[in-house]
Amino acid sequence: MIAAVAHPTTTWYLLLAAALFTIGVVGVLVRRNPLVLFMCIELMLNAVNLTFVALAKALGDIGGQTTVFFVMVVAAAEVVVGLGIIVSILRKRPQATADDLAELKG
Amino acid sequence: MELFVFIVAAGMILGGAVGVITRSHPVHAALSLILTLFGVAVLFVAQNANFLAAVQVIVYAGAIVVLFLFVIMLLGVDRAESLRIDPVKVQRPLAAIVGVGLLAFIGGAIIQGRDTIHKRGAGIDIASATTSHDSNIKQIANDLFSNHVFAFELTSVLLVIAAVGTVLLARRPGRSGAADSSVSAGSPSTTAGATDKAALR
Repeated sequence: MIAAVAHPTTTWYLLLAAALFTIGVVGVLVRRNPLVLFMCIELMLNAVNLTFVALAKALGDIGGQTTVFFVMVVAAAEVVVGLGIIVSILRKRPQATADDLAELKG
Repeated sequence: MELFVFIVAAGMILGGAVGVITRSHPVHAALSLILTLFGVAVLFVAQNANFLAAVQVIVYAGAIVVLFLFVIMLLGVDRAESLRIDPVKVQRPLAAIVGVGLLAFIGGAIIQGRDTIHKRGAGIDIASATTSHDSNIKQIANDLFSNHVFAFELTSVLLVIAAVGTVLLARRPGRSGAADSSVSAGSPSTTAGATDKAALR
């Protein structure tokens, strides 16, 4: 009887990814610690990766998984550069939040 | 069984994601992020993306979150921020409205377009779980090194630029000035070493 219950289709995965993406967007809008903002960006990137993998399976094309590979590489580079910027900002002003960083001049 | 895996992984993903945006302590937020990343890795396995699941665990949970934790702990910013006060009064209601609107928008688009998802058969078809155990890696390699070679080479350039740029960004300022004249002071980058040498002459 349990086995007769619908098994997760592509739509379920896409809706889950949409929920994850939305949580990331709300986090970026609400939080003001620059490190947590970065984590929320990671959440959004993961939601997009999940979408790519789900559609790669649904469309029967490995290209979606290759794209996720590139997204991961770019995300790693982005995190490294972003954390470098955050380190250099927080070293000058240890308690800086996103509200204090309205101008780029240090 | 598949349904059970999906529900558990979805619970991990959403619970971790809510944890990231609601925990006031940055270290707790980073640990919640790990929960989400593992849930995504489980769903990758459930969709026959075995290679990406391994990369997800190694690169995201292993490298990126550790980098986050290093920055949090080394900089000493691991103090809880108070989430009670809301500096901008309308920010949270507006964020909630934007969130609900975005979810309704994307969800509506997904539900509306769900019948248009068909197998096209244009690219390399994904191996099912019943085929050889390393077929997923072989397929990705075939696609990566035949159709996307140029992009693959460009990512190496991107990584070099990112590494050099980060070393320059995170370098303590004033090191290359006249204050430090010893070359052997452990200059973190080659350009710093070059300017140190220039300062010696």
